Amino acid sequence: MFDWRWDFVIEIMPRLLWATLNTLMAAGIGYGIALVLGLVFALAQRTPYRALTLIVRELVELIRSTPLVLQIFFVFFVGPQFGIRLSPWTSGMIAIGLHYAAYLSEVYRGGLEAVPKGQWEACRALNLSARRTYFGIIIPQALPASLPGMGNYLVGIFKDTPMLSVIGVAELMHTANALGSETYRFLEPYTLVGVIFLMISLPTAAGLRSFEAWVRQSLGMTK
Amino acid sequence: MSYTEFLAEHGSRLVSGAVVTAQQTVLAAILAVAIAVVMGLMRLSGNGAVRGTAVCYIEFFRGTSLLVQLYWIFFVLPLFGITLEKFTAGFVAVGMNLGAYGAEVVRGAIQSVPRGQYEAALALNMSPLTRMRRIIFPQAILIMLPPWGNLLIELLKATALVALISVSDLMFEAKQINGSTFLSIEAFGSALIIYYVMARLFISPSMRWFERVMARKMGRA
Repeated sequence: MFDWRWDFVIEIMPRLLWATLNTLMAAGIGYGIALVLGLVFALAQRTPYRALTLIVRELVELIRSTPLVLQIFFVFFVGPQFGIRLSPWTSGMIAIGLHYAAYLSEVYRGGLEAVPKGQWEACRALNLSARRTYFGIIIPQALPASLPGMGNYLVGIFKDTPMLSVIGVAELMHTANALGSETYRFLEPYTLVGVIFLMISLPTAAGLRSFEAWVRQSLGMTK
Repeated sequence: MSYTEFLAEHGSRLVSGAVVTAQQTVLAAILAVAIAVVMGLMRLSGNGAVRGTAVCYIEFFRGTSLLVQLYWIFFVLPLFGITLEKFTAGFVAVGMNLGAYGAEVVRGAIQSVPRGQYEAALALNMSPLTRMRRIIFPQAILIMLPPWGNLLIELLKATALVALISVSDLMFEAKQINGSTFLSIEAFGSALIIYYVMARLFISPSMRWFERVMARKMGRA
């Protein structure tokens, strides 16, 4: 029955907090990969090569409409079949990075499409190279429109890291499972994991909202 | 082993897994829609306590991971004397989680029904219940359908997690086949394709069809 033991909480807290660091690191690395790869996916859909656009489009759709756990398993187990052994961390980061790259590419795409057409024409008229057009003119303007979506997925990736436990990445959920099976007490570990997640994700979401407001204000885009 | 041989040997397991995934998806979707409507309306209530309850529910389920919620429901609730069977625990967790996201969709849709509609209903002396039921909510449904399409795909994907509490869904069967044959590409690849087909060829088209039907009913086709 219900018996919450504080001494047990104090005993397991250090291990859970260490695991929280791993969770944060996994979310951070995964997000970093997703930010860069997402931009690649988004820009690849804007090249003049129709075939490339179609392939990338379909790949993004495939990644977006299949479960992340399945993708994690896929990346982890498919390598060895070809003699490539990936560690749980590496394959986890590849899977989660790819998954969120697909989502972020949609966010970027929306942002890029929100840039007024006149800006493109002006770049054309000034004979700017494609690189300067994107990095100097278009992306800085597309960024504010993309920020809310990017923020949502930062919190999203953090909340999806427990799935990495399935291939043995020693993050929070994995540690809670281990603690549970060592001590046969599941109440405290799982509840604490929930509490830790809430304590990180709620302030982060609030912080991101004020960051967006600050960016909009500093770019003179107040609504 | 060729892929056809693989399918001949393990195809039936993948199919039975896909059926369980479909069942989980439908049951979780029904629960999620019900929770979303109730919580979405409560979130807009004038009563602070009612609104607060909805905010707590939504923030709690959106703030923690589905996997944590699933494990909590399956492993911790029995300590409080509530034991759910794994199949039930699976769709209940997914439904409650997606219901919280859905509640925000419902709230947003109701809030984006034009203000004049409220005022007209008020001028016609409709009771708040009639106003919501006859005027506001039908128009809100039209607005909320596209985001619900995305949410249902998220829900389908979320049901893959129930494999981790040993519900024998598609994910679980793929994992089992992989464990016994080590044919990872075939096992996980087939499962990926089945999920993709379910989402793209089933959920998306039926939601678009539903959108058209609703638009016609509202005289906006």
